[in-house]
Amino acid sequence: MAKYRLTVNGSEKTVDVDPSTPLLWVLREELKMTGTKYGCGISACGACTVHVDGVATRSCVVPVSLIGKREIVTIEGVASDPVGRVVQSAWVEKDVVQCGYCQSGQIMSAVALLKATPNPTDTNIEESMGGNLCRCATYVRIREAIASASRQIKGAA
Amino acid sequence: MQRAVKTELNRRSFIQLTTAATGGLLISLYLDKPLLNAQQPPPPKVYPPDAFVHVRRDGHVVITVNRLEFGQGVQTSLPMILADEMDADWSQVIAELAPAADVYKDPLFGIQMVGGSGSIAHSFQQYRELGAKTRAMLVAEAADRWKVTQDQCRTENSVVYGPGNRSARYADLADDAAKKPVPQNVKLKNASEFRIIGKRVPRLDSHSKCDGSQKFGLDLDLPGMKIALVAHPPVFGGRVKSIDDRDARSLDGVRDVFEIPLAKGSAVAVVADRFWTAKQARDRLKIDWDLSGLEHADTVQLLAKYKQLAATDGNVAINRGDAKAMDQIPPANRIVAEYEFPFLAHAPMEPLNATVKFEGDKAEAWVPSQFQTMDQAVIAEVLGLKPDKVTFHTEFAGGGFGRRATTDSHIPREAALIAKRFRGTPVKLIWSREDDVRGGYYRPMHVHRVEIGIGRDGMPVAWRHVVVGQSLLAGTPFAMMIKDGVDETAVEGTKDTSYEIPNFRVTAHHPTVNVPVLWWRSVGHTHNAFVMETLVDELATRAKADPIAYRQKLLKADAKKLRSVLELLDQKSGWRKTLPRGRAFGVACHESFDTAVACAVEVSIENKRPRIHRATVAVNCGLAVNPLTVESQFQGGLGFGLTQLVVKGAITLKDGHIEQRNFDGYAPPYIMEVPMTVDVHIVPSTEPPTGCGEPPVPVISPAVVNALSKLTGKRYRTLPLKTV
Amino acid sequence: MFASIRPLFVLVLFAITVSLTAKPARVNTASGLAAWDQVYSVLVSPRCINCHTATNYPQQGDDRHRHFANVVRGPDGFGVPGLNCISCHQESNADSTGVPGGLNWHLAPLSMQWQDVNDRPLSSAAVCRAVTDRSKNENMDGPALLKHHAEAFLVLWAWNPGRRPDGTMRTLPPISHDEFVAATRTWVEAGTPCPKGR
Repeated sequence: MAKYRLTVNGSEKTVDVDPSTPLLWVLREELKMTGTKYGCGISACGACTVHVDGVATRSCVVPVSLIGKREIVTIEGVASDPVGRVVQSAWVEKDVVQCGYCQSGQIMSAVALLKATPNPTDTNIEESMGGNLCRCATYVRIREAIASASRQIKGAA
Repeated sequence: MQRAVKTELNRRSFIQLTTAATGGLLISLYLDKPLLNAQQPPPPKVYPPDAFVHVRRDGHVVITVNRLEFGQGVQTSLPMILADEMDADWSQVIAELAPAADVYKDPLFGIQMVGGSGSIAHSFQQYRELGAKTRAMLVAEAADRWKVTQDQCRTENSVVYGPGNRSARYADLADDAAKKPVPQNVKLKNASEFRIIGKRVPRLDSHSKCDGSQKFGLDLDLPGMKIALVAHPPVFGGRVKSIDDRDARSLDGVRDVFEIPLAKGSAVAVVADRFWTAKQARDRLKIDWDLSGLEHADTVQLLAKYKQLAATDGNVAINRGDAKAMDQIPPANRIVAEYEFPFLAHAPMEPLNATVKFEGDKAEAWVPSQFQTMDQAVIAEVLGLKPDKVTFHTEFAGGGFGRRATTDSHIPREAALIAKRFRGTPVKLIWSREDDVRGGYYRPMHVHRVEIGIGRDGMPVAWRHVVVGQSLLAGTPFAMMIKDGVDETAVEGTKDTSYEIPNFRVTAHHPTVNVPVLWWRSVGHTHNAFVMETLVDELATRAKADPIAYRQKLLKADAKKLRSVLELLDQKSGWRKTLPRGRAFGVACHESFDTAVACAVEVSIENKRPRIHRATVAVNCGLAVNPLTVESQFQGGLGFGLTQLVVKGAITLKDGHIEQRNFDGYAPPYIMEVPMTVDVHIVPSTEPPTGCGEPPVPVISPAVVNALSKLTGKRYRTLPLKTV
Repeated sequence: MFASIRPLFVLVLFAITVSLTAKPARVNTASGLAAWDQVYSVLVSPRCINCHTATNYPQQGDDRHRHFANVVRGPDGFGVPGLNCISCHQESNADSTGVPGGLNWHLAPLSMQWQDVNDRPLSSAAVCRAVTDRSKNENMDGPALLKHHAEAFLVLWAWNPGRRPDGTMRTLPPISHDEFVAATRTWVEAGTPCPKGR
């Protein structure tokens, strides 16, 4: 066990865990933040996606010991980012979710895409979202929501 | 819709009507032969409104949903039905998932469950009546207060209006209204009076699923809760011989390691304070397994055996016309085709889980369950309790597709066995993704062998069809439904085809294999529709006919729903006539769970894989309660159906061991593998609503493959599509 | 007399000049080629070649299958927003989850592809040409290549590749890092000769 000071959604949190514990389980069990999901544990599905220093990161494979001082943003905090807010509201407006379990990760990946590429092409979308699994296959509406969010971001720019 | 004064469901006639039509879960016979012990009372004929709707003082209308919400949208569409008849203010509606209780049993099947695409179909009338009764009681209360007659009152948006300027909010009437007698007969609305039903209503659970606040079963956190993982035998049915847990127990936070019995064989449970501790501890276990005396199922061997069986006549599912008619057809006018289908895992995004707390004389369970009645009964049995001593909460589920409805309730059983040793402590059992991919309960492997004799007009005159695959029902409490050696769930979609084929023989072989199997979204239709719709397409190609026109000609005259969707598809898929080079269209149609679907896809080949540019779908599901939900189900269901085509869409076994372990080896469709756009067209109808959960799944794979055949000239009869 | 030895004098002066300014060819070509064979055997081993692809994706595993979850090269070899290499690969190996890591994890540029578009390793001659082509190899001469092989983080990673998700160690290249550096040195001292052929 070791103590780690993490910055999560702007707040400092201290946890005392086995250093090999993936960030995902630190968030879910130590910090009780269950918005970030466990889907596979091998970074193949994206349900565990958070942002670490702005980079979309699959928290199920990153041991907490490798985070350091980097700032973590989760689905619970992404609304404090203007692009995050636009994406979440586009997701609601387009009625994207079905079971919803993958959607935290989908949104975090989409926010990373749109922050870097506010006007993504179909190829950009497929490449950036191509590692996020949705068993309900809400992909058609995910595309629509990203397009809608992109328009709103362009409009605001 | 006729003005319906009838309020009591006539279950007997319902059963007769739907037994024939309902594929998948044919458990209507349950009502005659109770599966569970006598402590389970039969479902009530009258449903008390106060178990389903509660109006709060603040005006919120809380509606209880008698089904699991696992993506299909039922926590919005069922409340819509009740709220409409109730004239509630939709903006004030909150949905809750019902715990396990008699009143929440499916009115048709008599157990609390979700499956068979039956939520709306079975509860439409029920929820209408509940809404109408609640409204009537509110009006009765208002009328009493104002000393007017009920006829002088009207309702709108959670308000009762009376003569003069009188009005009263439901919120202010509710407490007293609840004390009024529940009316036996209520008037239901005309379809023209619907304000909510039939509208595209956004989901109630969107926000919480977009901001991380929605809790699923796996997210449950209770004081003092422990996490349990189970090490299962590497071959189904294996038994623990010995355990060396010293290394495992040396980890900080490991509470216990012990053997638990399985239905067949045994396993080792690890209980720890945290998931990661439990996982590491389990990884460190050294278990000696006894795998003797077990069949070590092997995909290669099974395939060879199935092909042998397919070459012989099986148990007769249907035999219409003259079995010898085929002999009259010259070989040049015959098609002989053999199809292969692999095991498929459901792999819902939320890994399987169940939480149980045992307190000696009672227990509490939290399960994202598709089968509450059965799960509750099994937990009770394990803990030595009566079912009504188990408070059973239905958690939101991250997908299910049939996986969370097992007749042996094996997940809650494991959880209860473990919780039993931790009295007073909630224990959350989690199946890791590896456990899920390797844990069995798959859509079975199948081989089909079909011989078709084609008449002079290009239409099939004789059809001999052998289906080989494990029975889903054998070895389960539903085994008594296997008739004359045929499990209906293996032949649905073929045996009950709506195509007019005069000399038609379908037989089945159900080998016994040491692999647990289960219904996978749309069940037997998954493979049967693939075979039928690719063969019919081949016939159409041979006859040089348009695939839609050919099907319209081949369908029985009275196949009304299928005819309606083919016609609508024809209208809406004009794009198929002007495709650029390198693109082709493919068509398929199928009826399942009383809903007819026709689908056209536009396909090209990109990087050696099918690229589906668009799908156009026509649906006849009777009255569409929420067309937005229907659209989503069809967009999503098509995508789900493509699990059958993707390169890594197969579970295989070698010497009894599952060869895949996670999404690296078994990879369901990602975004680029499903249609880029899906436009859904609903045939306008006032017929009673039928299901939309499963009907999208069977049509997509044959439609895509039919398009590919146009592009490559090849026939695709082995799934998954490893090459194109 | 002076006039008759002037051409010889010029010749000797020339020879001395050349020998002072040219690379010391202390190793003969044959030995250099033999050393290159050893270097090549490392470059086309999975720990190296999996990121030296000709496609828009990396490979993984000893069987060099396409990396799962549809990860792609991206415009600069670092993946794409939402799915960067560093979305999963951190600055050191994560043995507890089976994800390899190293500083600045990314794909080798397409100019440094050591396989063809069908994922087949290129020949020894072809790889040698690519590695020594200064218009493709970030302008590295022999000594720079040696330094790269001796010190670059992602090169060193190949001999410390961490554990797979199932807990087993990843296989190492066919020779040790020291042997790889020694072979590179020999090859460089031979003037980085390349085998003939395609």
